[in-house]
Amino acid sequence: MAAVVRSADVEVGTELPEQVTPVTRADLVRYAGASGDFNVIHWNERVATEVGLPGVIAHGMLTAGLAARAVTAWAGDPGALVEYSVRFSRPVVVPDDGVGAELVVRGRVAAVLEDGRVRVDLTVTSGGEKVLSLARAVVALS
Amino acid sequence: MALDAGLVGRSYPPSVVYEVGREKIAEFATAIGDPDPVYRDPAAARAAGHPDVIAPPTFAIVLSLGAGNVVLEDPDVAIDYSRVVHGEQKFVHHRPIRAGDRLVATASVEAVRSVAGNDMLTTRVDLATEDGEPVCRTSSMLVARGTA
Repeated sequence: MAAVVRSADVEVGTELPEQVTPVTRADLVRYAGASGDFNVIHWNERVATEVGLPGVIAHGMLTAGLAARAVTAWAGDPGALVEYSVRFSRPVVVPDDGVGAELVVRGRVAAVLEDGRVRVDLTVTSGGEKVLSLARAVVALS
Repeated sequence: MALDAGLVGRSYPPSVVYEVGREKIAEFATAIGDPDPVYRDPAAARAAGHPDVIAPPTFAIVLSLGAGNVVLEDPDVAIDYSRVVHGEQKFVHHRPIRAGDRLVATASVEAVRSVAGNDMLTTRVDLATEDGEPVCRTSSMLVARGTA
């Protein structure tokens, strides 16, 4: 396991490249199949609105998985991400309009830990609203 | 109905073995739009120091989702699944999950809370190889809205 980013090159405040990702209904179907999470609120507008949601929403773990990509791409080795935690603060509504939603992921190094590890705090928004809170990753740098 | 605090620490029997396949890892990586070759190409994974292709860090949810159902099916866990949303998720990786792993999942109740009429249930799932090597620990907090 070898992260490309070296701990010597990183300090508190180091920013990760911003990642902008579209999320469409097709992405939700694909993620449902790959993850085994077939909860109907992620593909059925009728059921989603019946249970009080504004519409079909993305799987929380799809949002979390997309956000983690910003960290693993930066680190250079996905195996370097040793801890990851998120709180799902707001659903990502994915309209059936041919465009879908857009997820913006920003990250910065919030703490330098022992043994070359750093904590990266993520800010994840869709439509200008925070959709994850306390999104944190611990990365083992080389 | 509030969840019984006495549930905390309750552990469930280990799952059947889940064999991690290269194609399943690649399928999951595609579903999160991640083109990284360490998820698909064994040679690229070996060049990065892994014995085989590794799984994205959130792939563990595939196993913990299934394993966590044993808690929701416990008759003592009075939670209305139709009102449940995913509140929080945490992964602690002892090492990356990789193709060829034969993993066993063991679920337990980590925490129960009731806040403002909402029941919160945190389920822990420990993933280990069938030989007992710890691989990953997941914690999933579910919120049942308005049932407390």
